Amino acid sequence: MLRIDNISKTFNPGTVNEKTALDRLSLHLAPGDFATIIGSNGAGKSTLLNAVAGSFFVDSGSITLGGEDVTFTPNHKRSRVIGRLFQDPLRGTAPSLTIEENLALAYLRSSEGTAPLSRIRKKDKEFFAQQLKLLGMGLEDRMRQPVGLLSGGQRQALTLLMATLVTPRLLLLDEHTAALDPATAEKVLELTRAIVAEHHITCLMVTHNMRQALKLGSRTLMMADGRIVLDVSGQERAGMTVDDLLRRFKTGTGHDLDNDRMLLSE
Amino acid sequence: MGSILLISQTALELGFQYALVAMALFLSYRILDIADLTTDGTFVLGAAVSVTVTAAGHPVLAIPAAMLAGACAGFVTAFLQTRMGVPSILAGIVTNTGLYTVNLMAMGWKSSASLMKKDTVFSLAKGLFAGTPLDGFWGQWHELILSAAVTILAGVLLYLFLGTRLGLSIRATGDNRDMVRASSVNPTFTITVGLCIANALTGLSGAVVGQYQRTVDMGSGTGIVVIGLACLIIGETVVGRRGMGRGVIAVMVGSIIYRFIYAIVFYTKVVPVDCLKLLTAAVVALAIAAPTIKAGAGLQKRKLAALRKGGR
Repeated sequence: MLRIDNISKTFNPGTVNEKTALDRLSLHLAPGDFATIIGSNGAGKSTLLNAVAGSFFVDSGSITLGGEDVTFTPNHKRSRVIGRLFQDPLRGTAPSLTIEENLALAYLRSSEGTAPLSRIRKKDKEFFAQQLKLLGMGLEDRMRQPVGLLSGGQRQALTLLMATLVTPRLLLLDEHTAALDPATAEKVLELTRAIVAEHHITCLMVTHNMRQALKLGSRTLMMADGRIVLDVSGQERAGMTVDDLLRRFKTGTGHDLDNDRMLLSE
Repeated sequence: MGSILLISQTALELGFQYALVAMALFLSYRILDIADLTTDGTFVLGAAVSVTVTAAGHPVLAIPAAMLAGACAGFVTAFLQTRMGVPSILAGIVTNTGLYTVNLMAMGWKSSASLMKKDTVFSLAKGLFAGTPLDGFWGQWHELILSAAVTILAGVLLYLFLGTRLGLSIRATGDNRDMVRASSVNPTFTITVGLCIANALTGLSGAVVGQYQRTVDMGSGTGIVVIGLACLIIGETVVGRRGMGRGVIAVMVGSIIYRFIYAIVFYTKVVPVDCLKLLTAAVVALAIAAPTIKAGAGLQKRKLAALRKGGR
């Protein structure tokens, strides 16, 4: 489904702030794969997601999605088949538009030729309400309210729904529950799991919670210095503990994992 | 008494005509969150094209021609800021400066142009009910009715447009560009469409004002962007800000109120008319600065309170 071949990205080349964020990184995800990514601060986890989403073009290497080379496809065109959630719950929705209008925009990804001058139909509204009901937050009764009035958790749940309203080929989750309170985070995570499982969405999720990284999904990747240093799945992953993971990280990179948030969260 | 009626009538006519500029700013400034400084030049462009085409004998054609010219000016500004990386305010100023020459050109390389006895949309409309009992009433009110009709029609169309998928994308662009991209829409496109429509509205305003006054000169657009903002702010204060429909109505109400204030100042001379622009600028600056001033005052109050406590 997703094939990344030898991609590199250097920020601010030729200056004192030069930083190689991705270093000849390769990764292949089969359809339905759900991979979690962990790694040190500045290991390039978010940069990897940005590269896949098309927030910038990579310096070298290629990215193929569903058999289609998207290396030079701009951001907004890739978003037709890639859904994405950020850590900041405010980034995924337009606050002054209503819930209904936000969903209508997300629904634009559905149909290639949706006429730009068409309006939201009654049928669409019913579909949106039915989808909102699945979130179990009562949002289906507030469809005409501006999204700015919702809580962070509600906005993140709405963003999740918007990203998957039209089933994407790939879902990118960048610590999307990290800014929420524990109960809400659990709820959003549960929704994520349910939606991803229901539609068999191929998924790439960055997290700082090591237990979560082992528990969720089917595969765990560890990143350091712009590379993937550890890639476990199947039997090997099933029996793994957080300590095993830390040990494997050290043997893989020669130093301890230094992600302050990650260590604090356990 | 008669003169008050006449003054009110003129204020209403001008209010509706200039409301289109405020409507343009509602779209560019309020919705897209872009301060579009092309506005001054676009207004003169609309008027110049309108007067020139009218002088050539096509007063009706002059209206869409002026709107098209305005849209082109908006496109240049949008192109500079979305494709060429020119900061948005500078893009407007650059286009505006270029428009000075274009406007001169549109007026036949003169700094003003006028329509002597040529037919305008207003004079054509006046003859509509000739020979019927309506003629007397229509003769007196046709300019107001026509101005109001054009502006209200533009407002209704804008309102309907903002409810379409493209309209929604434009509204979301001013709110959260990331989200627009995530919806597979290119913000470059929505900004371009938005600025083209906004400048077409400004051009329309210039076109109507030009034919109404039967003249246009290079200075007629100076400060119009600030006056438009003042109308927008006045209207939103009176009508409220929630919702697109309210916004479209607000610009008309605000513009009419502004023209009444203008008329009062003009006839009573409470302040010299020449001071009105300074006054308008001050009102706009204060209105936009209000949230910052409020926050600053709150902080000072807390600081003073903390000082007093600490001193004891």
